[in-house]
Amino acid sequence: MINQNSKILLEVRGLHASVNGIEILKGVDLTVKCGEIHAIMGLNGSGKSTFAKILAGHPAYEVTAGAIIFNEQNLFDLEPEERARAGVFLAFQYPIEIPGVANNQFLRLAYNTIQSQRGKEELDPLEFDDFIRDKMKLLEMNPDFLDRSVNEGFSGGEKKRNEILQMALLEPKLAILDETDSGLDIDALRIVANGVNQLTNKDNATILVTHYQRLLDYIVPDYVHVMEAGRIIKTSGKELAKELETHGYDWINAEKSFNKTGVRL
Amino acid sequence: MSAVLQNLVNQPYKHGFVTEIEADIAPKGLNEEIIRLISSKKNEPEWLLTFRLQAYEKWLSMPQPGWQNVKYPEIDFQAISYYSAPKPKKKLASMDEVDPELLRTFEKLGVPMHERAALAGVAVDVIFDSVSVATTYKERLAEIGIIFCSFSEAVHSHPELVKKYLGTVVPIGDNFYAALNSAVFTDGSFCFIPKGVKCPMDLSTYFRINTEESGQFERTLIIAEEGASVSYLEGCTAPRFDTNQLHAAVVELIALDNAEIKYSTVQNWYAGDEKGVGGIYNFVTKRGLAKGANSRISWTQVETGSAITWKYPSCILRGENSVGEFYSVAVTNHYQQADTGTKMIHIGRNTRSTIVSKSISAGYSNSSYRGLVRIAPTAENARNYSQCDSMLIGDQCGVNTFPYIQVQNNSAKVEHEASTSRIGEDQLFYFLQRGIGAEEAVSMIINGFCKEVFQQLPLEFAVEATKLLSFKLEGSVG
Repeated sequence: MINQNSKILLEVRGLHASVNGIEILKGVDLTVKCGEIHAIMGLNGSGKSTFAKILAGHPAYEVTAGAIIFNEQNLFDLEPEERARAGVFLAFQYPIEIPGVANNQFLRLAYNTIQSQRGKEELDPLEFDDFIRDKMKLLEMNPDFLDRSVNEGFSGGEKKRNEILQMALLEPKLAILDETDSGLDIDALRIVANGVNQLTNKDNATILVTHYQRLLDYIVPDYVHVMEAGRIIKTSGKELAKELETHGYDWINAEKSFNKTGVRL
Repeated sequence: MSAVLQNLVNQPYKHGFVTEIEADIAPKGLNEEIIRLISSKKNEPEWLLTFRLQAYEKWLSMPQPGWQNVKYPEIDFQAISYYSAPKPKKKLASMDEVDPELLRTFEKLGVPMHERAALAGVAVDVIFDSVSVATTYKERLAEIGIIFCSFSEAVHSHPELVKKYLGTVVPIGDNFYAALNSAVFTDGSFCFIPKGVKCPMDLSTYFRINTEESGQFERTLIIAEEGASVSYLEGCTAPRFDTNQLHAAVVELIALDNAEIKYSTVQNWYAGDEKGVGGIYNFVTKRGLAKGANSRISWTQVETGSAITWKYPSCILRGENSVGEFYSVAVTNHYQQADTGTKMIHIGRNTRSTIVSKSISAGYSNSSYRGLVRIAPTAENARNYSQCDSMLIGDQCGVNTFPYIQVQNNSAKVEHEASTSRIGEDQLFYFLQRGIGAEEAVSMIINGFCKEVFQQLPLEFAVEATKLLSFKLEGSVG
């Protein structure tokens, strides 16, 4: 929901970044205010997942220029775990499996770490069990999944639900959902989207990184950005996603040319 | 992040110091004379000297084994001193008479003897450079007929038992290092649980190698008679040296009808520095004979130290319905090498065995699981389940699995599962992104991986092992 008086949560200016010496981001600018939902769309390789990982501080990427201010803090001053504790959450595109580590143990440690950071009470295993079961209902998850190892042997849909469950637990200020819709069937998509919708409020913000318009039928964005070759080349309202779905990404380039020359190609 | 972790893993070996106690060291080299010297120093009966000399004869005819997947320069057995003992003093009547320097050593190690014994309720048979210095709780155990003493002592106080069982599970010519041990062993532990007695406490021995370049050859013999049971703990630390030290122990376990022996080891010997210089060579023969019906032998080991580990705690399942178990965690870092596993020899009917092996390799280390499951023609309805999981940290280390399965009876069921995984940047990043610090993350991943084995350890050992693993590996991820 757009409110011009909302506080700016994330301010990205002229962000350049590379991996293994290859420049992926070539000057990204983005402003996200509290209460807003932003969708970043674009073709594979346009840099949108890289952008998501850089916000979370993934060590494989090197920031070469630009600035990111998150909640009045220089994000680059914070280590990945400090960013998480400050309220940056990344729902992974490919959540990794961690054999032998029980999901409930992992979730409780993450929850308690964030809680203690916020000066709030930590929960013992029994209290946590009640708490987590409640949250799991939101995502229509089977309780036996708590005793399984983190993401091990999970289906694609279960992994994505587990990500949103963690989002529900950690109550981030900024949630970045990296292609959360990929690999989901229509029922799982509805459940996940419903979960996200219930978690958004006027004090937090969400960035949806996605390839398809499909997710945006369920989670309605305030802004849609199109990323191409490491830059955001177009920003508009939610209707942009529909146009992209209809015309494809080439349409943007065509429109750009049209604007420059006055002649539609 | 990796710099912080790097620092952690590069912490110097905590137990690296040398105690200054005058040692009585035999001249370097091995020959019949040295063996006679050892035997006479220890005042041994003739039959034991004969045992040693026969083993020596056998050893001379055996080549050094070369099949294991570890590399090291050829060992010059003539450059090793085969006997060292603290200067003989008059017989010790109590702990107070123990050399205070020695007691301080144990304190440095965090093992204050009397405290440990009293607090943990553990009888500690302390081995210090091959000679037992003091044995605690012996009297209490003696009241219920349990004999728990140094091997040398047993030779004098219970020669009939030693003579009856010594070499029956690991024959003198079993392998190169077992033959060497049989010829030159200096001391070790002896444990006898008589018929029907359940040992009321965990029995524990702390081994410690102290004299530079003195090979250490321990001999342990544990016998559980009909219906008896015992849990035995072995823990090791050693001071830091630059020259390699050879350790070739032999452990024999014998379980009669309905008897149970559980043998747990946490091994943390000096592994050499981060460049692979120094460290202990650990060439051990451990074997249990489940001789009686319904007997059970269980090995649990957490191997974290030594430059080279070469060790296959095994079970011979002769009695009907006997059970053999092997639970192992082997951790290697830097340039450590481990070739470890087990042998389960099924001879009796309805014998069952379980093998759970976990290996974790970091740095430039190499770890191999080598296991044999043999089902003899006589072993009707034998069952085996084996699981071998390996975890790699970084991309310079290696793991191998060598399962040998020989089945000679059609009714047998043998299962083998194996997996290999890797702790990588992405796994760690997943924890970090949820706010969990790197150290805690590594510890959680490792302990998760080793869970099935740690569950088998006695409680205080499990806690120790958990800490030890985190300490050994924290720095290697990132």
